[in-house]
Formats: sequence, structure tokens, C-alpha cells
Amino acid sequence: MAVEEVQGADVLAPADPGEAAEAVKASRVVVPRGGGTKWGLVAARMASVAGTQGGVRIVDTTRLAGILQYDPAEYTVTVLAGTRLDDLGQVLRRAGQYLPFDPPLAGRGATAGGAVASGLSGPGRLLRGGVRDFVLGIRFVDGEGRLVRAGGKVVKNAAGFDLPKLFCGSLGELGVLVEVTFKVLPAPPSSGTARFGFDRLPDAAAALRRLLRTPLEPDAVDLVERRALQAASGPEVAGDDPWSLWVRVSGEEAHVAARLDRVEDVVGAPGARLHGPPEQALWDGLRDLDWASRAPAVLRLHTTPGRIERLDEALQRLGALRHYSVAGHVAWAAVESVPARSLVVSELAGLADAALALRGAQGSPHVLMPGEGFARRVKRALDPAGRFGGNG
Amino acid sequence: MVSDPAALRVYETDGLASERQMPLTVVFPREADEVVATVRACFEDEVAFVARGSGTSLSGGSVPPPGGVVIALNRMNRILRLDPDEQRAVVEPGVVNAHLSQAAAPYGLYYAPDPSSQVICTLGGNVAFNSGGAHCLKYGMTSNHVLGLRVVLPDGTVERLGGSSLEVPGPDLVGLFVGSEGLMGVAVEITVRLLPKPEAVRTLLAAYGSLQQAGEAVAAVVESGLLPAAMEIMDRLAIEAAEAAVHANYPKGAGALLIVELDGPRDEVESDFVRLHELIRRSGATEVRVASDDAERLKIWKGRKGAFSAVGRLSPAYLVQDGVVPRTRLGEALCEIEQLAAAAGLRVANVFHAGDGNLHPLILYDGRRHGERERAEELAAAILRVCIRQGGSITGEHGVGLEKRQFLGEMFAEDDLRAMARLRREMDPLGIANRGKMFPPGFEEAGEAGRALLPSAAAG
Ligand SMILES: Cc1cc2nc3c(=O)[nH]c(=O)nc-3n(C[C@H](O)[C@H](O)[C@H](O)COP(=O)(O)OP(=O)(O)OC[C@H]3O[C@@H](n4cnc5c(N)ncnc54)[C@H](O)[C@@H]3O)c2cc1C
Ligand SMILES: Cc1cc2nc3c(=O)[nH]c(=O)nc-3n(C[C@H](O)[C@H](O)[C@H](O)COP(=O)(O)OP(=O)(O)OC[C@H]3O[C@@H](n4cnc5c(N)ncnc54)[C@H](O)[C@@H]3O)c2cc1C
Repeated sequence: MAVEEVQGADVLAPADPGEAAEAVKASRVVVPRGGGTKWGLVAARMASVAGTQGGVRIVDTTRLAGILQYDPAEYTVTVLAGTRLDDLGQVLRRAGQYLPFDPPLAGRGATAGGAVASGLSGPGRLLRGGVRDFVLGIRFVDGEGRLVRAGGKVVKNAAGFDLPKLFCGSLGELGVLVEVTFKVLPAPPSSGTARFGFDRLPDAAAALRRLLRTPLEPDAVDLVERRALQAASGPEVAGDDPWSLWVRVSGEEAHVAARLDRVEDVVGAPGARLHGPPEQALWDGLRDLDWASRAPAVLRLHTTPGRIERLDEALQRLGALRHYSVAGHVAWAAVESVPARSLVVSELAGLADAALALRGAQGSPHVLMPGEGFARRVKRALDPAGRFGGNG
Repeated sequence: MVSDPAALRVYETDGLASERQMPLTVVFPREADEVVATVRACFEDEVAFVARGSGTSLSGGSVPPPGGVVIALNRMNRILRLDPDEQRAVVEPGVVNAHLSQAAAPYGLYYAPDPSSQVICTLGGNVAFNSGGAHCLKYGMTSNHVLGLRVVLPDGTVERLGGSSLEVPGPDLVGLFVGSEGLMGVAVEITVRLLPKPEAVRTLLAAYGSLQQAGEAVAAVVESGLLPAAMEIMDRLAIEAAEAAVHANYPKGAGALLIVELDGPRDEVESDFVRLHELIRRSGATEVRVASDDAERLKIWKGRKGAFSAVGRLSPAYLVQDGVVPRTRLGEALCEIEQLAAAAGLRVANVFHAGDGNLHPLILYDGRRHGERERAEELAAAILRVCIRQGGSITGEHGVGLEKRQFLGEMFAEDDLRAMARLRREMDPLGIANRGKMFPPGFEEAGEAGRALLPSAAAG
């Protein structure tokens, strides 16, 4: 197993699941790491376990890479956790399939394990579901260094507790993932995007909600502030409108344009259309947070379409750049620093269910999270000695 | 509260009629607080309890634990909030699945998970079993539609999990609770996602000479890249039963029927349907029918949804199995089931969610004939082992319950089960929530003894 030293922490790079288990057993505190794309999450963990007696080990999973099982007719694929999502995406594409949850930062080396552990999905999760809806099975090393398997490799399975879902968003605090089985779907043959400009957020949010009530099945609906777009894509895409609503539909090429016409009817205005590489670039940029790449701190807030206007007022008071994704279920806010938890609680009471600091966190990356008592029990069960930090 | 023996008898069993256990008592809470009080009392006196919806579990999940209390939730059946703009509903656990879609219909919305028992089963039961239905292929299971929960843990603590957003940070606690078979406590409030009703729905029914041909048609549809909302197969015996019971007017003499449904935006459904129709016509179907209106569509589904109960007419008793095999090995699995049934001298009817590889072999038997029930159970076990051997699962949607406990240990290794048992123990140190379900017989007790030996026990 390769060992190097980073930031005063040893880095162990196991080459197989057995070595990963050994690495955990041999360490007092372990921070799992994938492709290095969500450094904020790892950095926050490093900060929270710094100074631990006996030192902190990073378990780097990037050598645990490779596709173990893929039969397109099964709609499932099993990979080692360190497999890069872009490598996996290429293999799926050749078979006309894809991961509909639209994992962020795939192009930057994000891994399967890191995607599941961070539980983040992109704008495309709107129609078919998020990462949690596509993880069928996992194998992980628990806090005692045991290799545990849960879930399965078929698209439907109700046997035993659903640990695969539990691990979505677990941020390496419950175990080191060594293997993941995803459900995949046929990729839509084509797509098209319409952009609508708005002067006022309430009008844009109302149009967004009208769209959701239709059976038009848009697969992405995002609402972005001009300043954020400018940072991502430059002035020509951003346009002059303070807010823009981006609606993507997918399907047979013959129907995409007609469906966008119907989207325009619902919004009540003509939209500017994007297709092909510029369309792809726009959504990649939004998904990978290009617009927030220079922000010292980035928050992800979990809300609902009906709360956009009120939440926006609060985020404005925090001085944030705003991007509402997944039709308003996710709010991204780029800020100067992560606000104190108490401020988040008082400002956002009732406006967001929860918040996660993706970058710039001090201490715990969870700024606000429901079910903490339940989560502590889960933690005690899988990591009783607190090897993965956060010994709640 | 009920303690009259005659009245208690109703709660002795569930959809798996062969398992019976007299409850100590039955309580009928109307409010969440009453559930909390009941659970606390059980915790203090170390009395086991089971939450119960409509008792349609086919795996014995709602059979009372010995000496246990039944918490019957049917009276907590209010839809607390239905918010069309947010496309969500907040409901009490006793709300019947189909009632929710009825309530949402005036807003053009519906609740997607549709178990065949949807006109009687409750959302609490659906949550506990992560129930599925015919439309899982495209829409996923219950778990994909539950946003938030308020749960009473087995020590009486109340927790809120998730919220009303599609996304949550942190470990997916809602995802863990859903499908935990009542072993982690009682759901007293459920927030679910509602979807806009699809603009267009197209359904076709194809008859084949053999089960194998129907299976090949499914493979061809999957390969084409179409994403149907549902793909269901019934075999000869199931067709016969459905015909006799609901007169669905299915094609005569078919060896197997395939139902395929597409839904979505009109333009897309229409062009996909042309492709589908062509595919099916080339698949060796002896007859293809296309539902021309809602009434015809409902009639097609009526036979399928009523198939379980219809089989009751062919036989004094039957066991419903619920195994999953890799979709590409469906044909192989069905052949093996046929051979096993012949060897056992028993009839098996198959109706199943073909698109998901989720089999429902119905094993017909006559309990009055000596040894027949035992043979039926042995056949059921052999079928589950076929699923395990092929890399599938012992349950796709009905849960492990009481019925399949020993098979969980065949599907998972000891360390896997122990991880689950540790979770169970943190949630429920006394093991009172639905005691005796899901884990292999004797496993939890052995787990307790084994725990003292683990160095981790002290640290936890
Ligand atoms: C701006 C920036 C600054 C950086 N600065 C530094 C630096 O100062 N020092 C340094 O050493 N490196 C640095 N890096 C590189 C980077 O640290 C690592 O490669 C990165 O920490 C690991 O990526 P990740 O796990 O966050 O990726 P992801 O794979 O995206 O992981 C996200 C989350 O998932 C968890 N996780 C990942 N894989 C698993 C798994 N298999 N099982 C369970 N949990 C898992 C992680 O613990 C984390 O919580 C930097 C990178 C960037 C982009
Ligand atoms: C004819 C027929 C067809 C069926 N078809 C399908 C199908 O297509 N798909 C499918 O998935 N299932 C099907 N089932 C099985 C069954 O209907 C489902 O499992 C259903 O979800 C059970 O709901 P219930 O309200 O009857 O629950 P019950 O049988 O009362 O309970 C089931 C389990 O849930 C637990 N439970 C109930 N309420 C709560 C609560 N509030 N909190 C915590 N735990 C709770 C119980 O303890 C028990 O373990 C079918 C059953 C029948 C009889």
C-alpha cells in the first residue's frame, strides 16, 4: 500500500478492499478521500479531527478503481469506489446509458465513492432522482475495520436495512466505501434548453412553479442570478436580465423543439434556445459551480420551490450570490465566509430544511441538519470508537 | 384499547395467513402523542409492540410479537396538508395509498407508488416495507417518494428525519428508515412527493404461446432503450384465475400475457408507442391489443391487479413469493421454477414485474392434504435459493418479515448482518419494535451474547 504525507497526515492508498480494511484497522482516525474535487468537505473533516492523539490518516481510494460488473441489459453497474465518474460515464455512453443524477464535478476527477459519500446531485436530478435513488448496493469498511456489504446488484431489493441510501451524504463519517452498485437508465437521445430573462425574482419563481405543475417533464429547471452567470459563462450567455430561468427538456430530437414551444407557452414569453456544445457547457458550468469557483465559501441549502422568494431575501442579507437549482429544491449560495450556525438558524428558520457548507467550513460541514439524534445513533452503531471523526 | 379475545383475533395475523399470534392487547391511537405514550409504556415495561396498518403484509410483518401490543394506526388517517404548489402532501400513517391519489387528483397530481393492494394498504405500511408496484420501473419505490418523516423511536423519543425538499444533506436517514420493517420505530407523519399526472398513457396487452417468448419480448423492449412505466407478465394459470375472477376478457388460450404501459408528454408517448408496437408485433405475439380509452386500460389492469386474490379461487390456499433475479436471467429462473414445481407436484402461478426482474410465484396448495403445506414451503424456499444463486434478492417489495428470516442469512454474510443488528440495537436497545422480524431466528439473541466480546461495545 502506498504511503505519502500530506499536511501532516499520512496518506494510505489501498489497492484492494482488504487493504482498505487493514488501513482502517491500523489507524486511530481516518478521513476517506476520493478524487479531490470537494476539498472543502475533506478540509472541514481534517480540521475537525486535527490534533487527534495518534494522528490522522487519509485513506485515498483512487487506486480502488475499475468496473467490476456491467451488463447494459441489467441497467446496473458495479464499480470500485475510487473509479472516476468520467471514466464510468464514457463506458455507459457507449451503451447508450447514463447516471441520471448528474453528479457534480465528474469532469474534475470526482469518484464513485466520493459522489455517494457527498450525496450531491446536479440539476439533472429533477426528473429521475438524485444519487440516493440510484445507489443499489455498497461494500464498505466500518469503524472496526470490517468489510460489510449491503443492498444488492439488482434494480429492486427490499432485503435488510437500506444502508446504501444511508451512506449517501455520509461524508466519510460512517465508513470507507470500497464498492458501489448504481442503477443506470437509457440516455435520452437529445436535449434542448430555453432561457427566459426576468427583472424580478418573484416573476421568475412564479413561472418556475407554473412549469412544475405541467406534465411536460422538464429534466432540469434552474434559476440563476446574473452576477453568478457572468462569473460562470461571461456576459454573452448571462445577458442583461437580473434573473434567468433555464429549462431543459430531453427526448427524441423531433419532439424537443415542440416541447420547448410548450414550455414558452407556460412561461408566457419566448425563450432563447441553446443546443449542442453551448448547451452542454452551460449545464456543466452550473453543475460544477464554475460561477462560485472563486468564492471563499459555498453553501448548499435544501428548500422547496414555494420558499424561493423568502429565502432569497435572507440570502441577500447574507450578501450571497444565488443559484436555485433542481427547480428550487436546492439553493447554492456563494458567500465571503460560512455564517455562524446560530445566524443560519435565525436567518433561515423555516426557509430551508437544512444547509451544508461545501467550501470554507469551519468545523462540521453540516450547518443545519434534521434528525441529529437519530444520526448519532447510526454513528455509534457503525463507528463506535469514532475512527471516522465526529464522535457524536 | 381492545382486550376482548374475540376482537383480538382480527389482529392475530396478516396477509400471510399461516402465521398466527394472539396479541396482548390492541391500541387505536388517533394522535401521534398517543403513539408516543404507548411506545413509552412498552419501553418502560419491556413489552414488544408492532405497528400495524391494514395488515396486508404477505411476509408476516404485522403479525404480533409473542406477548406483544398491536398499535393499529388505521384511525390516524388524515391528510394533514396537501400543497399543490409544493407538490407534496403530509399525511398520517394510516392514510390508504389510493386515497392520497384521489385527494390529489383535483390538482392534476398523484402519488406514484402503486402496490396492487393500494386500495387498502396504508402509507405507514408502504414506508415500513418500501413497497413497490407496477410502475417502479420508471418511478422507483416508496423510498423514492418519501421526503420526510416524523418517527417515534422504540424508546419513545420523537425525531424528524428529512424535510420537504427533494435533497437533504448528511446521511440519508429517511432512506434508512424506509424499508426498516417497523424495527426502528413507528412513523407517525409522512411527507411525500406528488407528481403531475402524465399527460398521456398508452397501454398494450400482448399474448404469447409461452412464458419464454413473453420474457424475450421484455428483453427486446429493454434493449431498445425505451423506458416504459410498467412491464408486467402473467402466466397461463394466473390468466385463468384472473379471467374467472374479474372477466378481464384476456385473449383465450394464451400461454403468457405481457402488459406494457408508456406514459409521459403526449408527443413522446405517441412516437415511443409506435416503436413499441412495432417491436411487440415482431416478438412473436399471437395477439396484440391496444387500450383505446381509459376504460379499456383499467380493464387490462384490473385482471393484473386482482391476480393474487383471483388465484384464491383456484386453490384453497397459496403462498405468494417475492424474489428478484437479474432481469437477463428471468427466462432461466422461470424454467427452474417450473421444474421445481413439477418435482414438488404443486401448481405455481406467475404474475410479476418483469421489467424489474421481480417475480411473484404463487404456490398453490391444499392445507387439508397431509404434508402439502410443508411441501409448498419447501418449494418457496427452493425458489428463493434460485434467486440468491443468480445474484438477486429474497424480496423485491414485500419485506423479509417473519416468513423469510432464515434466508436473510443466506443472502448476507455474518458481518453484514451484524452491522444491521448494531443499528437495530442503537435504535432499540431492548429489541421491542416488531421483535422477531427480519433477522434470522436466534440471531439477535446470539448477537447480544456476542456483543460483550466485541471491543467496540465498551467504546460505543
Ligand atoms: C481548491 C483545492 C485545494 C486543495 N488543497 C489541498 C491541500 O491543501 N492539501 C491536500 O492534501 N490536498 C489538497 N487538494 C486536493 C484534494 O485534497 C484531495 O485530492 C481531496 O481532499 C480528496 O477529494 P475528495 O475526497 O473531497 O473528493 P470526493 O471524492 O469528492 O469526496 C467528497 C467527500 O466524500 C468522502 N469520500 C470520498 N471517497 C470516499 C469513500 N470511498 N468512502 C467514504 N467517503 C468518501 C470524503 O471524505 C469527502 O467527505 C485540494 C484540492 C482543491 C480542489
Ligand atoms: C393482494 C395483495 C397485493 C399486494 N401487492 C403488492 C405490491 O404490488 N407491491 C408491494 O410492495 N406490496 C404488495 N402487497 C403487500 C402489502 O400490501 C404491502 O407490503 C403494504 O405496504 C402493507 O401495508 P399495510 O398498511 O397493510 O401494512 P401492514 O401489513 O399492517 O404492515 C406491514 C409492515 O409495516 C409495519 N408498519 C405499518 N405501519 C407502520 C408505521 N406507521 N410505522 C412503522 N412501521 C409500520 C408493520 O409493523 C409491518 O412490519 C400486496 C398485498 C396483498 C394482500
